[in-house]
Amino acid sequence: MWTFFHRLASPPHIYRLAAIFAPWLLFPGLVLVAYGTYGGVFVAPTDYQQGDAFRIIYVHVPAAYLSMMAYMIMAVGGGIGLIWRIKLAHTVGAAAAPLGAAFTLLALLTGSIWGRPMWGTWWEWGDPRLTSELILLFLYFGYMALRAAIDDTLKADKACAVLALVGVVNVVIVHYSVEWWSSLHQGQTLLRKGGPAMDPAMLYPLLAMILGFTLIFGALLLRRVRTEVLYRERRTRWVREMIMAGQGGK
Amino acid sequence: MSDNEAQQPAILAGLIAVIRRDLLLSWKRPGDVLNPLFFFAMVCTLFPLAVGPGATQLMFIGPGVLWVAALLATLLSLNSLFVSDFEDGSLEQLLVSPQPLPVLVLGKTIAHWLCSGVPLVLVSPLLAATYRMPTGVIGVMMLTLTLGTVCLSLLGSIGAALTVGLNRGTALLSLLILPLAMPVLLLGANTVSLAADNEMYSTGIWALGAYAVAALSLSPYATAAALRISNE
Amino acid sequence: MTDCWSAAIERKALTAKLSADDLTLIRGERCLFQGLGFALNPGELLLLRGQNGSGKTSLMRAIAGLLSLESGEILWGGEPVLQQRQLFHGSLVWLAHSSGLKADLTLVENLEFERALRPQSVHEPEHVFERLGIERLKGLPVRFLSAGQQRRVAFARMLLADVPLWLLDEPFTNLDQDGRELVIELTEEHLASGGLCVMSAHQDVDIAATIKTVSL
Repeated sequence: MWTFFHRLASPPHIYRLAAIFAPWLLFPGLVLVAYGTYGGVFVAPTDYQQGDAFRIIYVHVPAAYLSMMAYMIMAVGGGIGLIWRIKLAHTVGAAAAPLGAAFTLLALLTGSIWGRPMWGTWWEWGDPRLTSELILLFLYFGYMALRAAIDDTLKADKACAVLALVGVVNVVIVHYSVEWWSSLHQGQTLLRKGGPAMDPAMLYPLLAMILGFTLIFGALLLRRVRTEVLYRERRTRWVREMIMAGQGGK
Repeated sequence: MSDNEAQQPAILAGLIAVIRRDLLLSWKRPGDVLNPLFFFAMVCTLFPLAVGPGATQLMFIGPGVLWVAALLATLLSLNSLFVSDFEDGSLEQLLVSPQPLPVLVLGKTIAHWLCSGVPLVLVSPLLAATYRMPTGVIGVMMLTLTLGTVCLSLLGSIGAALTVGLNRGTALLSLLILPLAMPVLLLGANTVSLAADNEMYSTGIWALGAYAVAALSLSPYATAAALRISNE
Repeated sequence: MTDCWSAAIERKALTAKLSADDLTLIRGERCLFQGLGFALNPGELLLLRGQNGSGKTSLMRAIAGLLSLESGEILWGGEPVLQQRQLFHGSLVWLAHSSGLKADLTLVENLEFERALRPQSVHEPEHVFERLGIERLKGLPVRFLSAGQQRRVAFARMLLADVPLWLLDEPFTNLDQDGRELVIELTEEHLASGGLCVMSAHQDVDIAATIKTVSL
C-alpha cells in the first residue's frame, strides 16, 4: 500500500503524470470559461440594482474562491508533508503559492473595479471581503518571502508548512474579526454574492466560470508542479538522462 | 510506572528555570527592555506632531495610534527572542534538553511578555493621557493591551522561531507576523474606540481573551516545531 | 517522582546501546553520507574521523536528534530515538562548537540553569568546578573567559549531569596541553564506568578504551 503511494509520488512518475493530466483539465476548463463568458456577458439579464457592473462577478467570484482554495492546498500539503514526510505534498504547496497570490490579486483588482461604480471609489475599507482578501494577499507574501529566504529546499518546505498551517487558522479569525469590525463602522456589504435566488440565466454561467477557473487552476498547478519537480531534481540522474535524450521540452 | 507521571514536577521546574534565566538576562541588559519602550513612546509622539495638536482629533486617533505603536514595539523586541540563544549555542542545548520543548518555549515567551508586554501596558496610561483619553477608557485600553500583548508575544514567537538564523532581520519577521497580528490589532484598537464612544465593548474583550487562550494552548507547539526546523 | 524518572534512565543505561543502520544524510545539495551504520556498547568510544566539511558535525547532530535523516534510524536501547526523544535527551549531553553558555551570566548561574533542566543531575556544582580546576572563575560572567577557559567550562555540563551518553564535537579545540589531558582523563573515567561516548576529531586521540572508528 505505502510502497504503491511512494512509487506513485516518485518525482519522475509525477513529472510524467502531470504532463498527461494537465491538458485534460485545461481544455474542458477553457470550454467552460468560454461558455461562462458568453453567458455572463451576453445572455445574463442586467441586474436591476447594479446595472451591467455586476457582470464582473464572473471573474471576481471564481478568483476569490480560488485564492482561498490555493491557501488550503498549501496548508493541507504542508500538513501532509510534515506528518507523513511526503516530499510531493511540499512540492504541491510550493507550486500553489504564487498561483494563489495571483488569484488573490485578481480578486482584489476585480473587486476594486466593481467598487468604483458602486461606491464611487476604487477602494472601500468598509467592505469586509476586500479587507480580508488583502490580508490574505499579505499572508501569501509572507509565505513566499520565507521560502525565498531559506536556501535549503527541505528546510524551506518544513518552515513554510508550519507557517501555512498557522496562517490557515488565522484566515478564519481574520474573516470573523473583519466582519465584526466592518459591522461596527458602516455595515455595507455591497459585494454580496448572489444567493440561490439568482436568475438561472445569471447563475449557470457563474457556476460554469467557477468550475472552469478551477480546472484551469488545476492545469496551471500541474504545470508548476512539473517545473518545481524538475528544479528540485535537477541534480538527479533521471533529469539528466531525460535532457540528454532531448525530451526536455515536453 | 509511567514516564509521563514522573515528569510532572520536572516540567514545572523547567518552565520556571527558563523564565528565571531570561529575566536575569534582561536584568543584566536593560537596554533590550528599554529600547522597545522608548520606541513605543516615540511613535506615539510622532502622531500629534504630524496630525496636529487638536484635542478632538487626538481623542479620535488615540486608541488606534497606541495600539499600532504597541504592535510595532512588540515586533521590534521579538526579533531578539531566539537570536542570542541561537548565536551562543544555548538554543541547541535547549533542543537536546530532557524537557519538552514546547514548555521551554512557553517559558521563553512568558519571559518575553514580562519584559516587553508588561512595561508597555504600564507606560501606556501616560501616553494615553496625552491623547486626552478619559480615565475609564484608559482602564479598558490597559486591559486590551494586556490581552493583546500576550497574543502578540505568542504569535510572534512562531515567526521568530521560523526566522532565527536567517539573518534577514526584522523585515522578514514583520512580513510574517503582521498579517497574523492584524486581527489582534483590529479587536484591540476598536474595542478601545467603542469604549471611548460609550458603546458596548465587551465583545472585543471576550474575543481577545479567547484569542489569547487559543494562542496560549497552540502556539508553543508551533514554535517548538519551527525551532526544530530552523536548527536543522 | 523525580526518583522514578532517574530510575527509568538508570534502567535504560544498563541496557543502553547506541546503534544506527543505513543512515543517509543530505544537506542542501550534497549527500554527506550514505548507508552508514555503527553499534556502540557501554564502555566504548565511537570516533568520527574526517576532514573539515566531511559531515562529522552533521552526523553528531543527527545522533542528537537535531537533524532529520534522509533514511535510516538512530536507535537507543534498540528503540528509535525519535519515539522516545525526552528519555533519550535525558540520557545524553552534547558538547557543540559553541559553548551554549550565556555570556552575561556567571558560571554558577549558567550551571544552576543547567541543573534545573536536568532533574537527575546529582553532582554539586562546587564539586564539578574543583574537578575542572575552574573554581576561581565561577563568579565571573562567562564573557570574561578566554576561548580555552570557556571550553573547559562547557565540560562542566558533562560532569554535572550523570548521563550515559556523551556527544563531544571536536572537544580539543582551543584547549592547551593540560586541558587536553583533562578531557582525555574525564572521557576515560566516563567510559570505564560504563558510559558511551561519541567524539569527532580531526587528529589522533590517545584514549585507553575500546575505540570504534567511523571515517567520513
